[in-house]
Amino acid sequence: MAGFFLNRFRSFGALACCVGFLAAPARAELVIEITGAGASRLPIAVTDFAGEAESARLVASVVRGDLERTGMFNMLAAPGVAMDESSAPNYADWKYRGADALVAGSVAPSADGRQEARFRLYDINRGLPLVGSAYLASKPLLRLAGHRISDAIYEKLLGEPGVFSTRIAFVVKNASKSYELHIADADGQNEQTALRSKEPIISPAWSPDGARLAYVSFENKKPVIYVHSLATGKRAVVANFKGSNSAPAWAPDGARLAVVLSRDGGSQIFTINADGSNARRVSTANSINTEPFFSPDGRFLYFTSDRGGSPQIYRAGASGGDARRVTFEGNYNVSPRVSPDGKKLAFITRREGAFRLAVLDLENGQTQILTDSYKDESPSFAPNGRMILIATETRGRGVLSAVSIDGRVRQRLSISAADVREPAWGPFQR
Amino acid sequence: MNIRFAFLLPLALLLAGCPSTPSGPEQPDAPIETRVPTVNAGSVDGRDLPNELRDPKNLLSQRSVYFDYNSFEVKREYQELVSAHARFLVANRQHRILVQGHTDERGSREYNLALGQKRADAVRRVLTVLGVQEEQIEAVSLGEEKPKNEGHDELAWAENRRGDILYRGEY
Repeated sequence: MAGFFLNRFRSFGALACCVGFLAAPARAELVIEITGAGASRLPIAVTDFAGEAESARLVASVVRGDLERTGMFNMLAAPGVAMDESSAPNYADWKYRGADALVAGSVAPSADGRQEARFRLYDINRGLPLVGSAYLASKPLLRLAGHRISDAIYEKLLGEPGVFSTRIAFVVKNASKSYELHIADADGQNEQTALRSKEPIISPAWSPDGARLAYVSFENKKPVIYVHSLATGKRAVVANFKGSNSAPAWAPDGARLAVVLSRDGGSQIFTINADGSNARRVSTANSINTEPFFSPDGRFLYFTSDRGGSPQIYRAGASGGDARRVTFEGNYNVSPRVSPDGKKLAFITRREGAFRLAVLDLENGQTQILTDSYKDESPSFAPNGRMILIATETRGRGVLSAVSIDGRVRQRLSISAADVREPAWGPFQR
Repeated sequence: MNIRFAFLLPLALLLAGCPSTPSGPEQPDAPIETRVPTVNAGSVDGRDLPNELRDPKNLLSQRSVYFDYNSFEVKREYQELVSAHARFLVANRQHRILVQGHTDERGSREYNLALGQKRADAVRRVLTVLGVQEEQIEAVSLGEEKPKNEGHDELAWAENRRGDILYRGEY
C-alpha cells in the first residue's frame, strides 16, 4: 500500500516552497519556519476532528502542522467538512478536490477520564481505509497523541517511521549570558529547561533509550562530562579527569561512551562506562583525536583528527587499531555523525571560508553539500535518517535548522532574543 | 519536582477495511517522560590570594598569553610573563594554577576545544621546564566558549586566541 502511494506521490510535479508557519511567539519560545519543500508533495486533507471543540482543534492542528512541516505533503483545505473516523468518505468528491489521502478523526473523553484521540487514514484513489488507531492521553498530553497519529500516517504513506513524537535537546544562551539546556518536542513545543548554568554547556548526546543526556558543562571552569537523567534531574559526573573532558558519544548499547580526555596530554579518545568506571584509551596517534561517533552496529568509531596536517574524518575499530581516512575534499572536515542506517555520514566542511553541512554517501563515496550558510555546526540525524538538525547563524544570531538529506526541505527553529545552539535529535520513543 | 507520564495506548493498530469505531485490546506503551525538572549548576567560592598576584604593577597580575592564528607556541614576548609565574610557583609550592586555553569562534566547538588544549598544554610545558611541578598545574581548554572579545573580526579573534592563568581561589 505504501508503495502504491509512493508511486503516485512521485508522479506529482514540483510545488512552490516557502510556507510560512507557526508564527506568534508570545513568550521566548521556539518558532519553526519552513524555508523549502520536497520536489513533489502528496496532496492530503485533514478534516476537522469531531468532539469537544478545543481538544479536537488541537489534535487536528498538531497533525496538520506535523505533516506540513516535513515538506512532503500538500495540505488541502477542508473547511466545514463534518466527518469522524467512522464516517464513510465521499471518495469521488475528494478525488475531485485533488486529494490522494484523507484523514478524519475525533477526540472524546474516555471511560477513565482521559481523552481518546482516534483517526482513520483513507486512500482516495483506491477508495479504501488504510489505517486507523486510537490513543489515550491525559488532556495536557493531547499534543503527543496528535504526534502519534502523525507518525502512523507518515509511516503508512511514506513507508518509513515518522519522528513527530521524538524530542530534541539544545542549548540556549540568553541575553543575560546564562546557559540553559532545553528539551522540546520535535515540533519545538513543550519546551523545558533541564539545566541552567552561568557557564557554557556543549555537546549534548542522547542515550539510546532517550532517558539520559550526556553533555559537557564548564560550571567548574573546565570541561567535565555529566550524564543527566531527564525524569529525575539527577546528574552524575562521568569524566572529570585532570585536564579537559569532552565530546561524549554513546555506544549503541547505552552502557559505554566514547569521550575525549586530555589527561595524558593532547586530546585523545577513550571509552568509558556510563558510570565513569573503566576508562580505556582508544586513539594512539600523537595528534588531535576528537569528536568520536559510533557506527550504528557499535563496531567502529568515526572521529576528527589532524594527523594528516588538517582536520579530517577517520574511522577506526571501536577498541582502537588502524584508522582509515574518510574525507578527502577540502582542508577542514569535522563533526562526523553516522546516519541510523550506517550508510551516510553527515559532517561540517569548510569551503571558501564558510562552514557548511555536507553528507557523504559511505557506499559510493559521493559528497553533497546541503547548505549555503556560513556557520553550520553540530549536525545530528533524525532517528529515521530523513532530516539532519544543525546549528547555524542568521543575522548574527544562533538558530537551529533541520535539513532533509537531499537538501530540499529546510526548517528553521529560532528563539527571539536568544542564541540557540548545540542541537541533538533524540531517539524514537517507545 | 513535577513529573508526569504519558500513557498513550494504541487501542487498535490496524483498522484498515474496518469502518466501525476503533476497538481492540489495549497495548500499553512504556511511559514517556515529558516533564523535566530544572537544575541549577553550582558556582565556586573565591578566596583571598597574595597581593603580588593582584597588584596591577606586578607582572604576576598579568595572566594572558596570546597566540598567533593556527599557532600553539608561546611567543617570545610572553616568555617574561610565564617565567614570572614559574618563579612564583617554584617559590610557593602550595599554590595551584589552572591554565585555560582559548580559541577564536571559527569552526567546530569540540575541535576548537582540542586546539585550546594545545595552547594550554604549551603554557604548561614552559612552566614545567622552568621547574613548576606537574601537580601544581592543570591545563584545560575552554575552546571558543569564553571569548574575551565578543566581536567577529580579526581584532576580536586575536584577543580570543589565548591561554589564561588562574590561581586556585580564582576558579
